[in-house]
Amino acid sequence: MKKNNIKLMQGNEACVEGALAAGMRFYGGYPITPSTEIAEGSAQKLPKVGGKFIQMEDEIAGMAATIGAALTGVKAMTATSGPGFSLKQENIGYAAIAEIPCVIVNVQRHGPSTGLPTSPSQGDVMQAKWGTHGDHPVIAISPSSVKEAFDLTVRCFNLAEKYRTPVILLLDEIVGHMREGIAIPDPSELEIIDRKKPSKDDKNYLAYKVEEGEIVPAMAGFGDGHRYHVTGLVHDESGFPTNSNEIADVLCTRIMKKVEDHVDDIVAYEEFHMEDAEVVVLSYGGTARSAKSAVKKAREKGLKVGMFRPITIWPFPEKQVKEFAKNVKGIIVAELNYGQLVLEVERVVKGSADIFHIGKVDGEIITPNEILSKIEEVI
Amino acid sequence: MTNALVENYFRVDKLPHIWCPGCGHGILMRSIAKAIENLGLDKDKVCIVSGIGCSSRAPGYMDFNTLHTTHGRALAFATGVKMARPELEVIVITGDGDASAIGGNHLIHAARRNINITTIVFNNNIYGMTGGQYSPATPTGDLGTTAPYGNIDRPFDIPKLAAAAGATYVGRATAYHANLLTKLVENGIQNKGFSLIEGLSVCPTYYGRKNKKGTVVDIMKWQKETAVDTKVAAKLSPEQLEGKFLIGELKNEAEPEYTEEYQKIIDRFVKER
Repeated sequence: MKKNNIKLMQGNEACVEGALAAGMRFYGGYPITPSTEIAEGSAQKLPKVGGKFIQMEDEIAGMAATIGAALTGVKAMTATSGPGFSLKQENIGYAAIAEIPCVIVNVQRHGPSTGLPTSPSQGDVMQAKWGTHGDHPVIAISPSSVKEAFDLTVRCFNLAEKYRTPVILLLDEIVGHMREGIAIPDPSELEIIDRKKPSKDDKNYLAYKVEEGEIVPAMAGFGDGHRYHVTGLVHDESGFPTNSNEIADVLCTRIMKKVEDHVDDIVAYEEFHMEDAEVVVLSYGGTARSAKSAVKKAREKGLKVGMFRPITIWPFPEKQVKEFAKNVKGIIVAELNYGQLVLEVERVVKGSADIFHIGKVDGEIITPNEILSKIEEVI
Repeated sequence: MTNALVENYFRVDKLPHIWCPGCGHGILMRSIAKAIENLGLDKDKVCIVSGIGCSSRAPGYMDFNTLHTTHGRALAFATGVKMARPELEVIVITGDGDASAIGGNHLIHAARRNINITTIVFNNNIYGMTGGQYSPATPTGDLGTTAPYGNIDRPFDIPKLAAAAGATYVGRATAYHANLLTKLVENGIQNKGFSLIEGLSVCPTYYGRKNKKGTVVDIMKWQKETAVDTKVAAKLSPEQLEGKFLIGELKNEAEPEYTEEYQKIIDRFVKER
């Protein structure tokens, strides 16, 4: 990589670059702090590559237009923050049951409600999983750096296409607005996944039938010659609604299983000084930067401390956490909320290690020293 | 009993439909298929989008690319479809509640953009799917299950709303005036911009029964006798038009179309490349 390839940019800008590199050709959204740069960047860059940008009348419409565009065969994205993420929930559920690949970026800000609009938070972690009604699969990924904002946006698109499901990039204001130097990789260096389409002359195409050896049904684009029906109602393999309890069970189980059965493919995480750690700081997104710094300081003091950073928040890296929890005295969960992912850690660890929480709801970040103090208290 | 229109444009295996006996929606749905047949559109290039409610079940029966979305959001989904693939003929079928209550914001903004989508509102003056609650199209004073003492809301004139918001083609017909509806839908599809056609339906099960409107035949007779075509209305005095409503073409103007305007921006960069 030549040095002059390195650009200084925000996480939000890197997200746009990643989306374009992944093949995004449609963006439908609504301006909201602190995600607006993603809309602005998309508006500027999409027409240059023949893509489309539209500023919709509200957040709900932004999500709806994104799904509509994705149905014609293009890769589509929307971005928002807390209040907008709340508004998008119903249509995220639609994308989940109708299996429409799309990417939703949520640059988390303080809440509830309007909260502190320019202050960071990680308060939407549980909403990302449970925000829309009914049981549904969820993939949510949280970057910790500007470079990761790029890489993981590409990954969001790849997972959306592969598993035919909405994928959430759970950014936070820290990473969204932070500037770092990043080298944008050459397109040839990137792995790009495109959805499987049925063959043009497949006269027996059933829009929701999973063919032998496949994870999800092949997806025809509207206008490609396969006239089919898409609905948010429970539907059979043909895509048409049914009241059959048996088919409801098959459908709802299948969409959960397609993610559940491929957790190892989806889950990503970072381990830092975990080899001999007696205490582990579990942190993610922007807060993991403070956690890493605290662990470094603790190591300098000779303390056996490590960091585990879930990159994939949902599905949660359950197996990995369960495993390291057997060998540590305590786990400190540091997250910018009143206690959300810590609930998942407690569920997974089931008492095999002591669990501590550092949270904040004042709109400030968690500092390395605050985490270090907790480490010293616990160890 | 089959006919060519049904065979060619409907998913025959999905029929009969779920609507109540006497419901006007089937007539309105047929008028749309007839308009598509008259225009000779390629079925693969037609996309019909709907929201939630009685009207919104129509696309499931129609043999095109069909998208049954969430309540009120049909136009927002349709906007995404049309923007991403402008060569598709995008038609939205919606109801009075779907279009003008929960979806009211999307309606006025789709009209404002003048995006080339044809919207047909199946107006049955009530929320039928949920059992007869008053809608933004229920006349003041009428009864609904949630207006047990008479509706105090004032109703929307949906075509007027769309016209004021910027729709470039607007019309109204009724289940009785099915041929007129076909013609208006044809014109709407051919209009390069946002078109809205209201089709007054008949809901004998809820609106009609609650408000003692008589049989389906009585309601359709009322439609026949109360509707005045805009061409005729032009020659009538305000007194003669008292208690009547207008049908026919209500607005027909040319304005820049949204997806074409966006394409111009893309073309600017194509030239630069």
